[in-house]
Amino acid sequence: MNIIGKRNIFLIISAVLILASTALIVSYKIKPGIDFVGGSSWQIKIKNEKVNENNLKEFLSKLGIKNFVAYPALGTQSYLIRLENISEPDHQKYFEALKNEFGDIEELSFESIGPAIGHELAKKAIWASILVLLGICFYVTFAFRRTSYLVPSFRYGIITLVCLVHDVIIPLGVLVYLGHARGIDFNISFVVALLTIMGYSVHDTIVVFDRIRSNLLTHRGELNFSQLTNNSVNQIITRSINTSLTTLFALLALLFLGPFSLRYFILVLSIGVAVGTYSSIFVAAPLLVIWQNKSNRKYTNLK
Amino acid sequence: MSQKNLTWLLILIIVLAILAAFFIYPKDLGNKFRPWRLGLDLVGGTRLIYEIDISQAKEADKSIVLGGLRDVIEKRVNLFGVSEPVITTAKSGDTYRLIVELAGVKDVKKAIEEVGSTPLLDFREVIVPEEEKELEKIIFIPTDLTGRYIKGAQLEFDSITNQPAVGIQFDNEGAKIFEQLTERNIGKYLAIFLDNGLIEMPVVREKISGGQARITGKFTIEEAKKLVERFNAGALTAPINLISQETVGASLGEESLQKTLKAGLIGIILILLFMGFYYRRLGLGWFSGIALLIYIPLTLAVYKIFGTTMTLAGIAGFILSIGMAVDANVLIFEGVKEGFKKGLNRISSIDEGFRKAWSSIRDSNVTSIITCLILYNLTSGFIKGFALTLLIGVLVSMFSAIFVTRTILRVFVRK
Repeated sequence: MNIIGKRNIFLIISAVLILASTALIVSYKIKPGIDFVGGSSWQIKIKNEKVNENNLKEFLSKLGIKNFVAYPALGTQSYLIRLENISEPDHQKYFEALKNEFGDIEELSFESIGPAIGHELAKKAIWASILVLLGICFYVTFAFRRTSYLVPSFRYGIITLVCLVHDVIIPLGVLVYLGHARGIDFNISFVVALLTIMGYSVHDTIVVFDRIRSNLLTHRGELNFSQLTNNSVNQIITRSINTSLTTLFALLALLFLGPFSLRYFILVLSIGVAVGTYSSIFVAAPLLVIWQNKSNRKYTNLK
Repeated sequence: MSQKNLTWLLILIIVLAILAAFFIYPKDLGNKFRPWRLGLDLVGGTRLIYEIDISQAKEADKSIVLGGLRDVIEKRVNLFGVSEPVITTAKSGDTYRLIVELAGVKDVKKAIEEVGSTPLLDFREVIVPEEEKELEKIIFIPTDLTGRYIKGAQLEFDSITNQPAVGIQFDNEGAKIFEQLTERNIGKYLAIFLDNGLIEMPVVREKISGGQARITGKFTIEEAKKLVERFNAGALTAPINLISQETVGASLGEESLQKTLKAGLIGIILILLFMGFYYRRLGLGWFSGIALLIYIPLTLAVYKIFGTTMTLAGIAGFILSIGMAVDANVLIFEGVKEGFKKGLNRISSIDEGFRKAWSSIRDSNVTSIITCLILYNLTSGFIKGFALTLLIGVLVSMFSAIFVTRTILRVFVRK
């Protein structure tokens, strides 16, 4: 398969997906959940089937609760309500009132987070992510130093990061769309999902680069860099697809059979794994070739 | 290593994996021996974060107040019969926090009420019935003297016997009440209660004026320290204020756990079938199946040994590490296959497979380890749990790839 030869097609596909995701992110904005900005999130199950979403919303307004969002969880009699950070006595007061109004209700979950904690968490998550990115970039640069007389090793590091950003932006775009269409908040579990995708993305990209590196060491001089990369990618593509398929099997089982609370988390992970596999073969390797061809290293055309 | 020794090694590994499987099984023996610690999102329960108002305590007393507070809250929480309450204090910037995690607690409302009240220390007079000296028959009469009147307490040592003792200082008002109280009760017991639980019952030797009291007894330094902390917690009231809570109903938690386990099992079966079918030519796929079946119980056993709390985030970390473990096997098998294609013999092919795969496995896993270490050290809660399970998963998967898969291949692959 001539992947490097057709690199423009693959890169265009990626570019389109990235642009679409960026457009979604810019226009709909990330809707930070209560984990980051503080607030309360409440999940209740109303057992009386005659009660609908509007009844609930009307009653919540009547209670004098301001700025709440309420929407039903799919396929159940349960509702998710997001409101301001309320105190425990208020929480109990509202719960009693709801009970009196709608009869038998069950509290599935209640979460209330002060703004200070939320802010702290957001700051920590951002710092940790920055350090992780730097750490990965330095390690990759270090690990690939042995062939740096042919391909400067920082290129591997930087392309690894480019792929990582690629693999995070696309699921993030989907997530922002879900936030708009389904009212899903961006909470801490999605940070974990994106971090997982980062880990997977880097893992996968390194495996591809490693094959290029080992071929550079054994077959240098036999082929030009494009051909050598194309061969490497073809040698590794079965492995990449098999690995992501096996991971996807585990994820899809959880997506369809797992609990509702995990659904969007797993969905984002699944998209990330698929995109991560794509990018390490169809983005990382072509970018390495393009960069190598642009630079005036001797190896590019060395036969 | 000879073929025979390798076979024994493999049997040893398999026996270890079977033991691990019994150990991690959530029922029967393994559960009695050491139960799984499950997070709130899987069993239901509540996580409460309080801000501690410590402004009234002196700088030097802060750690004592915090320790005392923690101790008092722990005592309260234990009344709920929660299997493993986790109570920690943390410093965040200039503020102190108290974090209470009660997994599996049913009545969250009551728990919040109980935890949130300020610790109450009080002194009570004691009437011991003449005829029977049974403890149950003792009558306690509440007095006006409470922790409000205590200025502080500290660990002291008796100058003669060198026994540890607890010194208490009352404020002016407290000193007067205490003087009257001791005068009335010379030669009798005086009981000290914390949150309505008896903590100490010393005998009054003489009337004590001036607000300086000392409790001597046959306690160890540790016991005396604990008593000091409790006095201080009851005295220097450090009010706590609930700033965050996360409560998951038991039914939602239960449902999540059941569904997750079922989905996880089906996912693993799918992986095994896929690998077995795809690499059926060399029979390699089934070896990867065996390797995975050894990897899974071993990893879960390590989680359990380290006392990792399993949450949804932890499960995500585990799934990712299964993916990486399978990946290591795929890389090795592809390498072995190439070795055979080149016409190498069995041992050489396996060595070739490992040699080729090793640099990939090492570099990809080292980046994962870097990521995990940074996340583990810089974050808390949900992300930290994820980082820990992934870190353990990756380390075990490297061990599994180098040691388990290699042994399996050496024993079974013949050419």
